[in-house]
Amino acid sequence: MSAGARPAPARLSPSDVLRVGAAGLRSRPARVVLSALGIAIGIATMVAVIGISSSSREELLRQLDRLGTNLLTVSPGQTLFGEDAQLPTGALAMVKRIGPVSTASATGSVDATVRRTDRIPEAVTGGIAVQAATGELLTTLEGTVSKGTWLNAATERQPAVVLGSKAAERLGITRTGVQVWLGERWFTVIGVLGPMPLAPEIERSALVGFPAAEKHLGFDGHPTTIYERSSEEAVEAVRAVLPRTVSPENPEEVEVSRPSDALAARAAAAGAFTNLLLGLGAVALLVGGVGVANTMVISVLERRREIGLRRSLGATRGQVRVQFLAESLLLSALGGVTGAVLGALATVGYALSRDWPPVVPPWAIGGAVGATLVIGTLAGIYPAMRAARLSPTVALAAS
Amino acid sequence: MSEPYVVELRGVSKSYGDVRALRGVDLTVADGELLAIVGPSGSGKSTMLHMIGTLDLPTSGNVRIAGHDVARLSDRELSALRARYLGFVFQQFHLASGVSALDNVADGLLYTGTPRRVRRERAAAALERVGLGHRLEHRPHQLSGGEQQRVAVARAVAGEPSLLLADEPTGNLDSAAGAEVLRVLGDLHAAGTTIAVITHDAEIAEWCPRRVRVRDGRIVEDQGSGRTPPAEITKGVPA
Repeated sequence: MSAGARPAPARLSPSDVLRVGAAGLRSRPARVVLSALGIAIGIATMVAVIGISSSSREELLRQLDRLGTNLLTVSPGQTLFGEDAQLPTGALAMVKRIGPVSTASATGSVDATVRRTDRIPEAVTGGIAVQAATGELLTTLEGTVSKGTWLNAATERQPAVVLGSKAAERLGITRTGVQVWLGERWFTVIGVLGPMPLAPEIERSALVGFPAAEKHLGFDGHPTTIYERSSEEAVEAVRAVLPRTVSPENPEEVEVSRPSDALAARAAAAGAFTNLLLGLGAVALLVGGVGVANTMVISVLERRREIGLRRSLGATRGQVRVQFLAESLLLSALGGVTGAVLGALATVGYALSRDWPPVVPPWAIGGAVGATLVIGTLAGIYPAMRAARLSPTVALAAS
Repeated sequence: MSEPYVVELRGVSKSYGDVRALRGVDLTVADGELLAIVGPSGSGKSTMLHMIGTLDLPTSGNVRIAGHDVARLSDRELSALRARYLGFVFQQFHLASGVSALDNVADGLLYTGTPRRVRRERAAAALERVGLGHRLEHRPHQLSGGEQQRVAVARAVAGEPSLLLADEPTGNLDSAAGAEVLRVLGDLHAAGTTIAVITHDAEIAEWCPRRVRVRDGRIVEDQGSGRTPPAEITKGVPA
């Protein structure tokens, strides 16, 4: 026992720091669960919001992939004088002549209504439009026939009609071969189409052949919508030349649109409204952090004796501070991990119930863990400072 | 230079505001002594404990523990000094509930830089020394009061400190349990441990071979030789 070198405090190993931090939590399990719950709710909300909106975006992008983004539609706009313009009758042929265009077809509005029988008043159309359609339409739209057949060279001249999926549903048609009252005569339903996500107007239409429309329904032969597909790379080039090709005299009266743009816009917007929910999650997280800080402050007050004991055993102020910081970090990490797991589960559950691909972005999990560590540190700093400031004599103070 | 004292107080005074708790105390404790610092409450014996235990610094005077001048050490260095040279036993035991006796004792070595495996080995040996070798895995609530205080004694001596400071070690115990703890202290003393017992209890003071009586912040009597064995405990010592 010599008065040699000045005594130097020993370092706590990281595992000892963890053990000491965890020991404080183990002795108060109920309180730990409740204050970790606040953090867990915040993290779960944020992870679920990000996960669900990512899953929804992924679903839309897959849909886009499936449907293709190379479909353009051409429709008449308005003349300079504000009247409705018309597409020339030869427009479709001109579009087909554009080099990169692989397939093109047209529909034309027919001034007629379709009803289940002639007893139903003319005003009750069910929102179903009657349109003349060219034979290639199904190919251009990559549509499917769910029942019966599509128009062919023979049936497009006959009083035969193919119904869009919604039109058939509204008319109550479940099989082909039945007759519907179209214009001023009976037409035979020869087919029902499947869903068309890129052309919802077709789903709500009753389609007849161009020749039949001209012959039976007084159709003037002017197309109202031209659909065309080209190679993916040429879409912009085709788009640029379409108005002038369709109507060389009045290109400004032609409107060109890309139906997939609507889907792409929805995919882009999928993240937008989530900001509000994300904010809510952040508030929950903040409240959780305050809860952790509160728990830690109370813990320091209750454990003055333990702190004094540790100081008498040789703990430095720094080691006491580290102990309480570790405890606070463990507490919020516990909440954070639980929350991330709950959020991921909620995402998977919701996505599967919607038939979406479940996507939980790794950055969301990483962000959640990071936020937890920041919260844990912030919540722990003040209580840890208070603990470290306590005098070692408190352990000896009489109860 | 001769062997340094374990404790060396020179003209130590301590004031809390207007209250002068210690008024120029001189005290030396040599290696291997067993002494009682005895006095009524308010006499300044608790303040002496704070000074000797380096839990607080004197207003004036000089405190040396194991040769180190306390006034020259930083708070960190004082912590290290407590970890290496001092062991504390408190009236209220201060054991962590829900933690085994072995781990309670092992945690006493947490701040000495000893690896966990070695801490547990030494803890087991210390519990053996206080006669609790068969209670290693018991939790504090499964132990009697006397046994709990013996666990606390084991925690204090596990690191082989130069000085064991016991503050009213029997204050919370009945006389039988108190006798049990004193017997353990006597055995430790016989094995060479330096022990200072702070108490207001005259009978415990009588049991110690050296008695330092404190009154009004001064040492009024210092009698006996700390190195002789303590009186034998026949029946119970009143708490």
